[in-house]
Amino acid sequence: MSQSTAGASSGKPKARPKYLDLRQLSMDQPIPAVVSIMHRISGAALFLFLPFLLCMLEREAFIAATAASLGVIAKLLLLALLFAYVYHFCAGIRFLLLDKHIGVEREAARLSAKIVLGASVVLTLLIGVKVW
Amino acid sequence: MVKRNVVGAHYGLRDWIAQRATAVYMVLYSVIFVLVSLAIPSEHLSLRAVLTAPCMRFLTLLFFLTLCYHAWIGVRDIFMDYVKPLGLRLALHVAAILVLIGYAAWAAKILLLLGA
Ligand code: HEM
Repeated sequence: MSQSTAGASSGKPKARPKYLDLRQLSMDQPIPAVVSIMHRISGAALFLFLPFLLCMLEREAFIAATAASLGVIAKLLLLALLFAYVYHFCAGIRFLLLDKHIGVEREAARLSAKIVLGASVVLTLLIGVKVW
Repeated sequence: MVKRNVVGAHYGLRDWIAQRATAVYMVLYSVIFVLVSLAIPSEHLSLRAVLTAPCMRFLTLLFFLTLCYHAWIGVRDIFMDYVKPLGLRLALHVAAILVLIGYAAWAAKILLLLGA
């Protein structure tokens, strides 16, 4: 990133960047950064779709309608939210461990970031197959 | 005296701890939920069966309460990072609290009326 070289050896300090330019968030970010922003996005998505999830809970609990009887769009939405939860869960555990200073070295952090991505895909598929 | 402009998320130790404590409970609950689902024979397995298993109604209610608390801290952090105009930010904070209280009550209603 070009802005991070400020004040290294050249005499005058450069103006410090005031905000994170979202255009710099392209896909060539390091994996831990991707895991981090996806954690935020998944948390926001879960919050926004909480009413939908409560509707689903109400429907299953009272009419005893199963997830298998949903329409295609509702199924896809539920699957996406399942992934959001499983992902937020896995990445959340990783952050909790990092907070306890477990796995903070660069290599370990990269590895655990990959594990989070892989595990959440696998777990989502497993649960998805079990439910439908 | 240095005048510091402390802005942005992630301040407040109490909230930081609360967000982690609620996260730990939600992890535990998720594991318990899966274990209970696996313990129920598949011909009887349904969401309803899991939620009416012993203790599960209480644990689930606790899950939704911690979820709402956790989500409140989380969305507040997000608003603090991206929404700069103070009035709008305040309005969003209030709206988030209100809907989350509503969701908690809604979840409680579903669980209480679930019938054994
Ligand atoms: C097993 C369940 C969960 C775990 C382990 C978990 C874990 C965490 C952790 C550790 C954080 C702090 C991250 C940080 O400060 O960088 C966090 C943030 C957050 N969580 Fe969760 N969470 C869970 C469930 C949920 C649910 C169900 C929702 C939504 C309804 C949610 C919404 C959020 C939001 C919006 C944030 C703020 C994200 C940010 O500041 O980047 N979480 N979660």
